[in-house]
Amino acid sequence: MLELKNISFNIEDGDGKAEIIRDISLTIPDNKFVVITGPNGGGKSTLARLIAGICPLSSGKIVLDGTDITGMSITERARMGIGFAFQQPVRFKGLTVLDLLRIAAGTKISVCQACDYLSEVGLCAKEYIDREVNSSLSGGELKRIEIATILARDVKLAVFDEPEAGIDLWSFNNLIRIFEKMRSSDKNRTILVISHQERILNIADEIVVLADGKILKQGSKDEILPDIIGTQYAAGVCSRIG
Amino acid sequence: MNIDTIQQRLLEEVADLHDVPEGAYNLRSNGQSIGRNTTANIDIQSKADGSGIDIRIKDGTVNESVHIPVILSESGIKETVYNDFFVGDNCDVLIVAGCGIDNCGNQDSQHNGIHRFYIGKNSRIRYVEKHYGSGDGSGKRILDPVTEVYIEEGSTVEMEMAQIKGVDSTERTTLAELKEGAKLVIRERLMTHGEQHALSVYKVSLNGDASSADIVSRSVARDTSYQKFDACIIGNAACSGHTECDSIIMDNGRILAVPSLEANNIDAALVHEAAIGKIAGDQLIKLMTLGLTESEAEEQIINGFLK
Repeated sequence: MLELKNISFNIEDGDGKAEIIRDISLTIPDNKFVVITGPNGGGKSTLARLIAGICPLSSGKIVLDGTDITGMSITERARMGIGFAFQQPVRFKGLTVLDLLRIAAGTKISVCQACDYLSEVGLCAKEYIDREVNSSLSGGELKRIEIATILARDVKLAVFDEPEAGIDLWSFNNLIRIFEKMRSSDKNRTILVISHQERILNIADEIVVLADGKILKQGSKDEILPDIIGTQYAAGVCSRIG
Repeated sequence: MNIDTIQQRLLEEVADLHDVPEGAYNLRSNGQSIGRNTTANIDIQSKADGSGIDIRIKDGTVNESVHIPVILSESGIKETVYNDFFVGDNCDVLIVAGCGIDNCGNQDSQHNGIHRFYIGKNSRIRYVEKHYGSGDGSGKRILDPVTEVYIEEGSTVEMEMAQIKGVDSTERTTLAELKEGAKLVIRERLMTHGEQHALSVYKVSLNGDASSADIVSRSVARDTSYQKFDACIIGNAACSGHTECDSIIMDNGRILAVPSLEANNIDAALVHEAAIGKIAGDQLIKLMTLGLTESEAEEQIINGFLK
């Protein structure tokens, strides 16, 4: 279980202090598929980065399975079982897909095992396993490799920051299938997705609407989705990709 | 052939040799040849004046290899060795060179290997050269190799040159001349640390139509080390050339990249690229979210980059 207790995140900009996350408290229970939606600039991605430890909290506490992880580094949180998929996957000259999956798995997994993770995200393993994770890969391919690294880690809490950003419609359909599969798998895994895509919201157990750094609404999909459908918080598939 | 454990380690580093190699070889240690083998197709002879060796590879020699590693394990040795390769027509041969220096003393150790390749027609040569230094003495480990390559019609030469560790000072010069349809591919990997200096100079002349060159250097400069990459491709015919220098700087490392192109023919197509920068913060963060520490992430990124 992930508990965010009165967390805030401020930055100093040219005009003084800006509050990006304002005193948010939120509990994310185990084995749930939770989607955080909201307008651009509302603090969604920042919240995801705060959970992964990429940005430090200004105040408040983050507790994972009863352990206070507020002061923990990115590495320590990763080792506690938090996975983070970037909105813009990072490219590496020289590191291959196999290298990255081995780093993610934390052991020298066999080519066969690595291929299984790639197959799970709909990539023909043979074609990709020795490819470098560089600019020769498309946005959709990188996104799927990014997700494969999360699968290889077998995390307790997987955080996806706008997985639909920068991919085409075909890849988006695949992405939904991957999430549906992850959701229905018997792995003991909580999935937290930052997205305003209606189709991702539609497979959520719970939806959190975040705007202006604060939680506007929170509840089960059936409670929240009817209210926000067709608004910028739950966009149709063609309107907001890219 | 008696070699001690230091020599054995050096041989492993520079030539991946765990035992006496198969095929033709010449092992040079501390200024003298300590082992040699020739085959029906590959002959190795010492030069009459003792300045090095001539390696002659007969026409049509395929699937054979030549190993000519050099190791220095005594402090204070300074040598310049001339090795000339005469490769016939229609050959397909692997040549493994390389130099390992272990200097525990306080005098400089230096090996300058001057390699000249005369490649016949329609042959294919793969050349692998690794440089490695070790030892904790105050004496410097210095390598100043010169490589000259003359490629006849229709031949391909692939050169893989790596210097990853322990060489204090190096000045590498590579000169190549290519005739019609000849092809040169160079992959250089370099890492410098401490106060090391490394200069790498290429001058490649594409003299024949349909000749081509592709020179790619990947390097990492750490601590206060300095590197200069100076690659010039000269297009004198309807040819194609590409040079690329891609570098990572760390700590107070410095790199000067000077890629240059000279087109003397209207049909010469030449490209150069150069990029220098530190490791991107996002790359470190990504690997840290996979459970690596910052220094482990750095190591993985560099290992991948220099692979």
